[in-house]
Amino acid sequence: MTSDRPLLLQVSAITKAYPGVIANQDVSFAIRQGEIHALLGENGAGKSTLVKMIYGLVKPDTGQMTWRGAPYAPTAPRMARAAGVAMVFQHFSLFEALNVAENVALGMENPPPMKTLAAKITQVSQAYGLPLDPARMVGDLSAGERQRVEIIRCLLQDPKLLIMDEPTSVLTPQEVDILFKTLRQLAAEGTAILYISHKLEEIRSLCDAATILRRGKVVGSADPKTSTARELAEAMVGATLTPPERAARRDWGGGPAALEVTGLCAASPIPFGTALKDVTFRVQRGEVLGIAGVAGNGQDELLLALSGEVRTAGTMVKSAGVEVGTLGPAERRKIGFVMAPEDRLGHAAAPDMSLVENAFLTGGVRRGLVKNGFIDWPAAGDFADAIIKAYDVRTPGSHVAARALSGGNLQKFVIGRELSQSPDVIVINQPTWGVDAAAAAAIRQAILDRAEAGAAVVVISQDLDELLEIADNFAVLNGGRLTAPRPVQGLTIDQIGLMMGGAHGMEVAHVSA
Amino acid sequence: MFRLEKRPNPSTFWLYATPIVAVILTMIFGGLLFAAMGTNPFTVIRTIFWDPVFGEFAFYLRGQLLVKAGPLILIALGLSLGFRAGIWNIGAEGQYIMGAICGAAVGLAVYPTESRLIFIPMIAAGALGGWAWAMIPAILKTRFNTNEILVSLMLVYVAQTILAKAATGFLKNPEGMGFPGSRNFSSYPAAANPELIAGSGLHWGGVAAIVIGALAYVLLARHIIGFQIKLAGQAPRAARFHGVNPNKLVVLCMGLSGAMAGLAGLFEVTGPAGQISIDFNVGYGFTAIIVAFLGRLNPVGIILAGLIMALTYVGGEMASTNLGLPSAAIQVFQGMLLFFLLGVDVLTNFRLRMTGGK
Repeated sequence: MTSDRPLLLQVSAITKAYPGVIANQDVSFAIRQGEIHALLGENGAGKSTLVKMIYGLVKPDTGQMTWRGAPYAPTAPRMARAAGVAMVFQHFSLFEALNVAENVALGMENPPPMKTLAAKITQVSQAYGLPLDPARMVGDLSAGERQRVEIIRCLLQDPKLLIMDEPTSVLTPQEVDILFKTLRQLAAEGTAILYISHKLEEIRSLCDAATILRRGKVVGSADPKTSTARELAEAMVGATLTPPERAARRDWGGGPAALEVTGLCAASPIPFGTALKDVTFRVQRGEVLGIAGVAGNGQDELLLALSGEVRTAGTMVKSAGVEVGTLGPAERRKIGFVMAPEDRLGHAAAPDMSLVENAFLTGGVRRGLVKNGFIDWPAAGDFADAIIKAYDVRTPGSHVAARALSGGNLQKFVIGRELSQSPDVIVINQPTWGVDAAAAAAIRQAILDRAEAGAAVVVISQDLDELLEIADNFAVLNGGRLTAPRPVQGLTIDQIGLMMGGAHGMEVAHVSA
Repeated sequence: MFRLEKRPNPSTFWLYATPIVAVILTMIFGGLLFAAMGTNPFTVIRTIFWDPVFGEFAFYLRGQLLVKAGPLILIALGLSLGFRAGIWNIGAEGQYIMGAICGAAVGLAVYPTESRLIFIPMIAAGALGGWAWAMIPAILKTRFNTNEILVSLMLVYVAQTILAKAATGFLKNPEGMGFPGSRNFSSYPAAANPELIAGSGLHWGGVAAIVIGALAYVLLARHIIGFQIKLAGQAPRAARFHGVNPNKLVVLCMGLSGAMAGLAGLFEVTGPAGQISIDFNVGYGFTAIIVAFLGRLNPVGIILAGLIMALTYVGGEMASTNLGLPSAAIQVFQGMLLFFLLGVDVLTNFRLRMTGGK
């Protein structure tokens, strides 16, 4: 449908190698004006490197690019922006203590006076259906609103090509709809969009064309409108996918609770964080409770309160009738808890320590790796090797530093480390964040296997599809409050979206503090 | 232009090469400094680094090396534990003074006993004095979140005032004809810390430094507390996730470093210094900070670094007496060593890249 439009960007035979790995090999593809073009691929497939070269952050080793027919070789993002390329990164670069207009001005070469800029922001945000008040502090904005700041910063440059890296991972379904409307409007006006995502349904509904990368090479292109999500995923990983298997969902009536949280209130230790307010739920052995919510609504705080990093009154958190609210992380592990925080590098794992040391980090207690205060390093090494093997962690060995692993591989290591400790209670925040499709399926299967083996599982995730796939019961965190858990069966995406927006029964009159 | 690029794995080569490169750079730029002051840089460098070990008076100066290195190593070992955990005890000088005062006070209180056993409670009192002095910044930090760098540093000056009071008041030698200073331990053998092998400079402080060095090595390599110390320094959030209580770690590390500084003070006052005097402290507590970093916060490295630093002390004194260099020039020279060490240290985690254009 867009094939008759003029070519905007042509990438020809680009190769980029880093020490020890070829990130892109002989990559060629083209984007036409006004086209929404998907870039699909697993983690480590080379998507980021490719867009960084287009945006001038990385220089290709060989190959060339043409921009509207002329040679194009940006050596800095400034040059890419001058040509008309804009990029919205997955991780926002915003200052929380500055307001929207100031943040936008910081990203511009020659910012106009603040008043003019604020008026322009209002005008652009209205024109593209992205409501945003230029005077608000970024620290007070939701993740979706922060993304709008980044998008408007790009739109003010009047780009010809807008690159979006995993833009929907932090949005509610309703916010995704708003974003897609904006993107379609932009495309209709002639702006090309390079859209990176691993959410195949989105790509199918939004994109006109797709280029699929695997291990640094282009393995094909597809028309996302006519391909099924399954076909796209299989092209991406080069294998046949199997959805996680589990026994039929049971009705979780009033059995004994392996984890019982009652009236949990806790101030947030994180700046600009969300305090937990009266969170109540119970999970039985074998049950998976899925907790959804847009980032920044108390997910991190809930994990900290369950892991023991934030301590509360003893009665607020109980395990099999025992009060554990006052216990620290090591003591909770002793009685059967395992936890996996969202932030892998720096929280779940120490970046500069080896995988052996990181295996010991949480595995020491339950694997009996400490004797009289002395660490059994050979046994810790065996534990690390076993995780690497069982969870297919791609690494030269267990001696490498955690920061040397790709995000997906480190996540496999962290999840594997926790699930290999025969736990009774599992708490995981964002189990498959940034993990490729094949590994995500493996992680979900491993979680379900632990549930089958009798563990009570709490999965906190922003990926709704994931929660609906593995959870028995479903609840939403919103402004630090948790909705009453409901069985997943019978829930529709629309109902969930409303729960996430705060329109669930008990919360109608709630004023956010 | 050059650009720094983060290495995926810390470089083992630069981890060990950094101290050597730093020493060489210090020699070059120190040499320039000495040349600018009108002395022959080669003579100065030789006086500092060569003569104490192989020169004319080496028979005497070699012993001085161990005398100086002992307290430096002992204090630096303690400091390194805290530094690894990201706990910055800058006040070892004060803890050193308080250890000396407390230890000496116990010995002097029972003067003139002839039982050698008195040395044991003196050692305990020395360690305790340093420990207690370090507990002040530790408790203020854990209770009120004060900055341990500032508090521990300021307490050095309080300790110096107490030292002056001790030397002229409560520990003053009653038979000292009114001169400031305590009784001299060299004439109080039961409580003294003598040279163990004549001419070697080795006293009980040196023995303690080596024993504690070995213990620190085992603690860091094998013990869970060593793991928690390293973890807290490298990834504080991961440490809390592991189950480290940051406050307990502050109290532990400050306490250990204070106790070791106190021990060093006790061994010094009963040995080489001989008495509590107004100018008893000579900056070992501050120089030990350089020693800890020069030794890569590693016990074996610290023992080597302590010896090198002792060399600059002994050689520096030689240079100032023989060549007439001001002692400040020697201190600048020692400071340069830390400066270059920290500068070159960047290469352990980053590599230099040439970038085209601007």
